[in-house]
Amino acid sequence: MAGEDKLVKLKIDNVYKEYQGRNGKTVALNGVNLDIMENEFICVVGPSGCGKSTLLNIIAGLLEPTSGAAYLDGKQIEGTGVERGVVFQQYALFPWRTVIKNVMFGLEMKKTPKEEAEKIARKYIEAVGLKGFENAYPKELSGGMKQRVAIARAYAANPEVLLLDEPFGALDAQTRVQLQTELLNTWEQEKKTCFFITHDVDEAIILAQRVIIMSARPGRIKRIVNIDIPYPRTQETKSDARFLELKAEIWNEVYQEFLEVKK
Amino acid sequence: MSDETTKKKKKAAINDKVWLLISLCAALIVWYLLSLGKATGRSFPFVHKVLPAVGTMNERGVFWKDIQSSMLCVAAGFGLGFITALPIAFLMAWYTPVQKIIEPWINFIRNIPALAYAPLLVITFGVGQKPAIILIWICTFMTMSITIYQGIKNIDVTLIKAARVLGANDFDIFMKIICPATVPFIITAIRLGLSAALTTLLAAESTGAQAGIGMRIRSLSNSFESAPMLMYIILLGIIGLILVKVIDIIERKLTGWQEKIS
Ligand SMILES: Nc1ncnc2c1ncn2[C@@H]1O[C@H](COP(=O)(O)OP(=O)(O)O)[C@@H](O)[C@H]1O
Ligand SMILES: [Mg+2]
Repeated sequence: MAGEDKLVKLKIDNVYKEYQGRNGKTVALNGVNLDIMENEFICVVGPSGCGKSTLLNIIAGLLEPTSGAAYLDGKQIEGTGVERGVVFQQYALFPWRTVIKNVMFGLEMKKTPKEEAEKIARKYIEAVGLKGFENAYPKELSGGMKQRVAIARAYAANPEVLLLDEPFGALDAQTRVQLQTELLNTWEQEKKTCFFITHDVDEAIILAQRVIIMSARPGRIKRIVNIDIPYPRTQETKSDARFLELKAEIWNEVYQEFLEVKK
Repeated sequence: MSDETTKKKKKAAINDKVWLLISLCAALIVWYLLSLGKATGRSFPFVHKVLPAVGTMNERGVFWKDIQSSMLCVAAGFGLGFITALPIAFLMAWYTPVQKIIEPWINFIRNIPALAYAPLLVITFGVGQKPAIILIWICTFMTMSITIYQGIKNIDVTLIKAARVLGANDFDIFMKIICPATVPFIITAIRLGLSAALTTLLAAESTGAQAGIGMRIRSLSNSFESAPMLMYIILLGIIGLILVKVIDIIERKLTGWQEKIS
C-alpha cells in the first residue's frame, strides 16, 4: 500500500464552521486540518454532534465553511460536483423512479446516451447484487437493498471521491457486515478515495487505512490512527490480535469523548 | 407478486364489494322507514316516487340543462382554480413574502361560508353563470393552493441534495425532483378542490342562475316538490362519487410508487 509519493486528493485546510441557530450560534467545527491521499479509505469516528456530517457536507459542497477551505486536487471546493459522490444514511432514493432509473440519474444529468447509461447502470446494479430488481420501486426494497441502490447510484456517476455519511447506520448487524464486505470488494476493484463516517469502531477498522477520531463539540481532529492490517480484510480479521489491539485503543479515545459530551 | 398475495387481494376486494352492497341495502331500509313516517315521509318519499322524477324533470325540459349548467360551472370554476392555485402555491413555497401575505388571506376567507359573500359577487358581476363560476373559482383556489403549497414545503431536502451531488442544476431539480415529488399533493388538492366545488355549487347557483342542480333544488323547495328535490340531491352525491372514482384511478396510475401507511 505504502508509497511515499502519493498525491493529496482532498485537503481540508483550517475549516471552521458555525451555525446560526435560534438560541445563539453553535460552533460545529473548530479548525480542522486533514490531508486525504488519492485512493485512500478514511473512516471518521466521534461522538454524535461532533461535526462529522458538517465536515462531509463541506467536502460535498453542500455547505460552505465559515472560514478555511477544502480543496480537491488543489482546487478550492465551491458547490457540488460530480467528482464527489455522496451516500446518505437515509438512502435518499427517488421514490418515483425504479431501481435502474435511480442508478441512471447521474448519467442522465451528464447527458450520457440512454443505451450506454443503461448498460453502466446494469453493471453497477449487478455489482451490488440487485440483478433482477432493475424495475422495482424503492418502496418494494428492504433497507439493505435501498442502500445498495444508493451505492450503485453513486458509483454509476463515476466520482473520484466517495463520501459516505453513516451509510450502514440504519441497518441490522448482518446486513451491515455484508455491505461492508461488498463495499471493500468494490473499493479494491476500482479504487476511489473514500471518506466514510461511522460510529461503529469495528466498521471503521475493518474498512479504513486511517481512522480519524474527532473530539466532542466543537469538533476537531483528536487523533489519527493508522490501520496497519493488510487487505483483503474479511470478517475473520475481527478476531485478529492486531485488530483487537487497535479496537481497544480507538474505543478508549472515543469513549473519553463520549464522556465529554455527557458532561 | 406471488399467487397467494393476489388471491388474498382478490378475496379482500370481494369482501369490500359485499360490504358496499350491505351498506347500500341498509341505506335503502333506513330510507324506506323514513318514507313511512308521517312527517318524514313528506321529505323522504321512497325510490318508486323519486326515480320517476327524472322523467318528470326531463319532460319539463330542465333535467339535462340543469346537469349541463352545473357541470359547466364546476368545470370552469375548478379549472380556473387549479391553473391559478398551481403557480401561486409554487410562488408561496419559493418566496416567503408571497406566502406571508397570501396565506393569512386564504385562512381568513376559507372559514367564511361562500353563501355569505355570494351576493357581493352578484353586485359586481351581475346574475347568471359568471358569478357562480367565480365563486367556485375562489373556493377551489383556496383549498388547492394551500394543499399544494404544504406539499412542496414537505419535500424531503435530502432528495434535493442527492440530486445536486449527482450533477442536477436548478432546472433539473425543479423538473425531476420537485415536480414528481409534488404530484401526490396535487392529486390530493384536486380531490379536495372538486369536493369544494360541489359543496359550493348551491351557494354559487344562488346568484340568480337560470338553470343548475343547485338552483333547481332551491326552486323546487319553494313548490314543496320533495321527490324531484331528493332526486337532484342524490344526483349530486352520485356525481361526487364518480369524480372520486376517476381521481382514484388517476392517482393509482401516477403515484403507484408511493409508500402507503396503512
Ligand atoms: N443546520 C443546522 N443549524 C444549527 N445547528 C446545526 C445544524 N446542523 C448541525 N448543527 C449542529 O452542529 C453540530 C454538529 O452537527 P453534525 O455535523 O450533524 O454532527 P454529527 O454528524 O457528528 O453527529 C451539532 O451540535 C448540531 O446540533
Ligand atoms: Mg451525522
